[in-house]
Amino acid sequence: MIHAQIRVSGQVQGVGFRPFVYRLAHELGLAGWVRNDSEGVEIAVEGDRPQVMRLIERLQSEPPVLARVEKVTHDLAQATTGLQGFTIAESRNGKVLTGIAPDIAICADCLAELFDPADRRYRHAFINCIQCGPRYTLTARLPYDRANTSMAKFRQCPACQQEYDTPTSRRFHAQPNACPECGPRLSMFDAHWNLLAGNDPVAIAAARIGAGEVVAVKGIGGFHLVCDARNVAAVARLRGGKQREEKPFAVMVLNAASARPYAQFREQDAALLQTGERPIVLLRQSAGGERELPGIAPGLSRIGLMLPYAPLHYLLFHELLGRPAGRDWLQQGAPLALVMTSANPGGEPLVKDDSEARLSLSGLADAFLTHDRDILHRCDDSVMKWQGIAPAFVRRARGYTPRRIVLPFEGPPVLACGAWLKNTVCLTRGNEAFVSQHIGDLDHAGARLMLEETVAYLGDILGVRPEAVAHDLHPDFYSTQFAQAYAAQHKLPMMAVQHHHAHIAAVCAEHRITGPVLGLALDGVGLGSDGSAWGGELLHVDGTHFQRFGHLAPLTLPGGDRAAREPWRMAAAVLFDMQRAGEIVRRFPGQGGAEMVVGMLQRRLNCVTSSSMGRYFDAAAGLLGVSEVQGYEGQAAMLLESLAERHGKVAPLALGYIHTAQSDLDFRPLLIALADCKDAAYGAALFHATLAEGLCTWVLRAAGRSGIDRVALGGGCFLNGILTQALSDSLSAQGLHVLTAQQLPPNDGAISFGQASIALQRINQGA
Amino acid sequence: MSHGSGGRAMAQLIAELFAAAFDNEYLAQGNDGALLPQAQGRLVMATDSHVVSPLFFAGGDIGCLSVHGTINDVAVMGAKPLYLSASFILEEGFPLADLNRIVESMAQAARAAGVPIVTGDTKVVEQGKGDGVFITTTGVGVVPDGIHLSGDQARPGDKILLSGSIGDHGMAILSQREGLTFSAPIVSDTAALHGLIAAMLDSGVRLRVLRDPTRGGLATTLNEIARQSGVGMMLHESAIKVNQPVEAACELLGLDPLYVANEGKLVAICAPADADRLLAAMRAHPFGRDAAVIGEVLADAHGFVQMTTRLGGRRVVDWLAGEQLPRIC
Ligand SMILES: [Fe+3]
Ligand SMILES: [Mg+2]
Ligand SMILES: [Zn+2]
Ligand SMILES: [Zn+2]
Repeated sequence: MIHAQIRVSGQVQGVGFRPFVYRLAHELGLAGWVRNDSEGVEIAVEGDRPQVMRLIERLQSEPPVLARVEKVTHDLAQATTGLQGFTIAESRNGKVLTGIAPDIAICADCLAELFDPADRRYRHAFINCIQCGPRYTLTARLPYDRANTSMAKFRQCPACQQEYDTPTSRRFHAQPNACPECGPRLSMFDAHWNLLAGNDPVAIAAARIGAGEVVAVKGIGGFHLVCDARNVAAVARLRGGKQREEKPFAVMVLNAASARPYAQFREQDAALLQTGERPIVLLRQSAGGERELPGIAPGLSRIGLMLPYAPLHYLLFHELLGRPAGRDWLQQGAPLALVMTSANPGGEPLVKDDSEARLSLSGLADAFLTHDRDILHRCDDSVMKWQGIAPAFVRRARGYTPRRIVLPFEGPPVLACGAWLKNTVCLTRGNEAFVSQHIGDLDHAGARLMLEETVAYLGDILGVRPEAVAHDLHPDFYSTQFAQAYAAQHKLPMMAVQHHHAHIAAVCAEHRITGPVLGLALDGVGLGSDGSAWGGELLHVDGTHFQRFGHLAPLTLPGGDRAAREPWRMAAAVLFDMQRAGEIVRRFPGQGGAEMVVGMLQRRLNCVTSSSMGRYFDAAAGLLGVSEVQGYEGQAAMLLESLAERHGKVAPLALGYIHTAQSDLDFRPLLIALADCKDAAYGAALFHATLAEGLCTWVLRAAGRSGIDRVALGGGCFLNGILTQALSDSLSAQGLHVLTAQQLPPNDGAISFGQASIALQRINQGA
Repeated sequence: MSHGSGGRAMAQLIAELFAAAFDNEYLAQGNDGALLPQAQGRLVMATDSHVVSPLFFAGGDIGCLSVHGTINDVAVMGAKPLYLSASFILEEGFPLADLNRIVESMAQAARAAGVPIVTGDTKVVEQGKGDGVFITTTGVGVVPDGIHLSGDQARPGDKILLSGSIGDHGMAILSQREGLTFSAPIVSDTAALHGLIAAMLDSGVRLRVLRDPTRGGLATTLNEIARQSGVGMMLHESAIKVNQPVEAACELLGLDPLYVANEGKLVAICAPADADRLLAAMRAHPFGRDAAVIGEVLADAHGFVQMTTRLGGRRVVDWLAGEQLPRIC
């Protein structure tokens, strides 16, 4: 007989770890106890040595599905203390060191119960178990106990309490455990917030959606605006209300089979759709897809689909299908598609409470399906797609936050505040980095408040206080101002990090690369260390140091940021540059200001220049007549990519680019060729192919000169699948080791992580 | 105009020019300083240097601008402006005819405002060391008892009033400098606002804050007030008047009229109950004809100046560090 004191760290709370240990101990005939504490799980067992060692081994080899075991340590002692039986002991407070799990879609077992008329949770919208359900969005603080969640106000009924207390139950210590007796309730309101009593709320909501109305539905991380995606009038109503005439909407379908009419996909796409994190997955629209769902993703080759994840979503589908019996319907293709778009009016953060919904969704929604389980942290749907051999993020939020990313170095806690658009913040602890959910664009007060709340919350759940604050170089980013105010208030040192250095550092850090790399940063605009607007940079990055090897030949932005919204201006700037100003007015008859823009270009009036790759995309879209004025950020580039994807591969344009003596790369010859290209789809494909080739040779030259054989690709332009794929393939074929964003999106959602990684390295160097 | 050996003769010429144009009893004293009668109330003093290109623009020139600017700085303190001083830095070779025009315009502006230029100075610098002419004016005024205007007086619930359209001055200067022409000419709004302010003070309404949104525009001025008072604001884009050619020019050039300079507009903040009366008083004055309530003061520890947009959204109107740097990534 021996005694073992075991510690397990990682994501081991709220994932059924203690019942798992309990069952193991019983199976192995060991006495002792298991408990959560703030560092993870602590176990004491007594029994025969082989059994004890078996337990330690199995903790690592067969943990519960949602658990992520990172470390198991143990102390063995010959002296036993006479432990009897095996119990699950109370949680112990202390130094907070463990993580909260992300929100996970309803599991198969719960789904089976949800549609079993004999089950006491038949059609109960709040069913969950230790393997599934909300976590991050309803937890106020650690340790993860019911009292620290928004379920605290619901007292469990005896039946639920018994499950909660029974170690062999699937709901043992399932903190959000609930049933129709004791759990949260749904309610349905009309457009004026009059309670619609009587009928079942789900039935009313389904009927209204079926009738073409827009219903705001409270989900896991916030409200969605929901309507029938196949109903053109309903979608148009939603577009009118949401002030987004062209921005693509995400669509929810019942299962992968139901996605077939709309998208072409492979096994791996289906797997991504079905994963418990349930992201929106960008899939290729099928040939007739745009006809089936008109107005959902105008002009785009891809459509964002997702499967239901909250029990409530399944209930809606069940209702819309006329409450089929049994469970077969869950696997069968259903001719249903629901728009499920984040309820975030005007780009503000997602609405999460009834009071907010009342204030900001009236006029957008015809009715409200809500409930009394509070969402404590708003969390958008994540967006992903397959990129080459791995899934990649477009937006990282629900299902993934607050999962940590392990850094290749450690140091004191650092807070990094990110950039401006699609912002996130990042807090480190030791060698772990916690990147917040997508916060959004910081031109809204709501997003700024969310940023502050998120900073405070991350500190609370990680149990750390930042010791340094990192931020962008741009003085007008709210994230920079917040960082300065936060640092002043807490008397902390501040570190400014150049935007593209951060982009490359983010990719390196997630791959745990510390040595020198070439960094190809392609995005919109980031302030350069010389005060100019960068965005197409070939960098030599070595930890805290970077050097600009070269950059794209700068284009003129007539009207600054306005040119970023109006691709025709970028096209005009290129034509002007090529002594073809005479064509400008003729090419853009719809643009009343065309003549004046020529004047601006002549006088260099409010004409900043930028080496941004994003503006090359805009210029190409403008010259090909694909987009004159963008309806949403990134639209021109997405339309170009869509055209190129549909067109298929072409050979790059010979002499489409010039490598200058200063190691810069000039794609203006390509742009001028596009100006004379009559076939927009061919032009789009040519643009992509030539970019990829020009960029590849650029990187190879730098690799040859520097002797560095690793290249990291960062920046929002790498959301472009064609460019990313072509460039990765050609660079790899030339023997370069190519690093791309995998755990975070390549765009500014990763800036905070890159800033944190650079700040930590600076601290470690004593800088 | 020359400098050097002929300097004294030149200075003499200029002195005579000024004396003739500005002619008033204090200037006529002929001393190094003007001896002024005792004034009633607390003194306010403000100074402003005027550098503008072009010197002559639609709606005005550097001369009247330098009078209006300083009068307004004194007046928004709640003071009645009494006297001005003027100091000129002239570049060698500056055409005398232009100088004449500028001085005449200043004199006329001062006369119209009823605020004499009582002392002045001139220096001539070598060619290339100046930009035609720079004018610094200083104003003195008195604040009657009982008036306390300060940027830190805004309270949650207060109404924010604006006396008219924004962006006219800055866009007039820019379009003229760059030779841009629009459907209708853009005319600077340069004006002395002490008359309007007197009418506002006479309405019996207790004003809390008064400012003229000059350089940095309305956005910068409101952010300054929000910071000083420790409050937030909610503006309504649809209530803020922007003249059509100004709007078109801004759109074209990619500028935000909220950040464009004005020289004849003011922002007033008062208790909500007083807003209607104040608005009526403003609208009764020619320089306040287009006055409007453009927003409210909010309790907001962050001091965000927000705006509901015409599209129904909301955004923060920031205090920018410098020129509008590109931010779109
Ligand atoms: Fe970026
Ligand atoms: Mg001044
Ligand atoms: Zn479950
Ligand atoms: Zn219950």
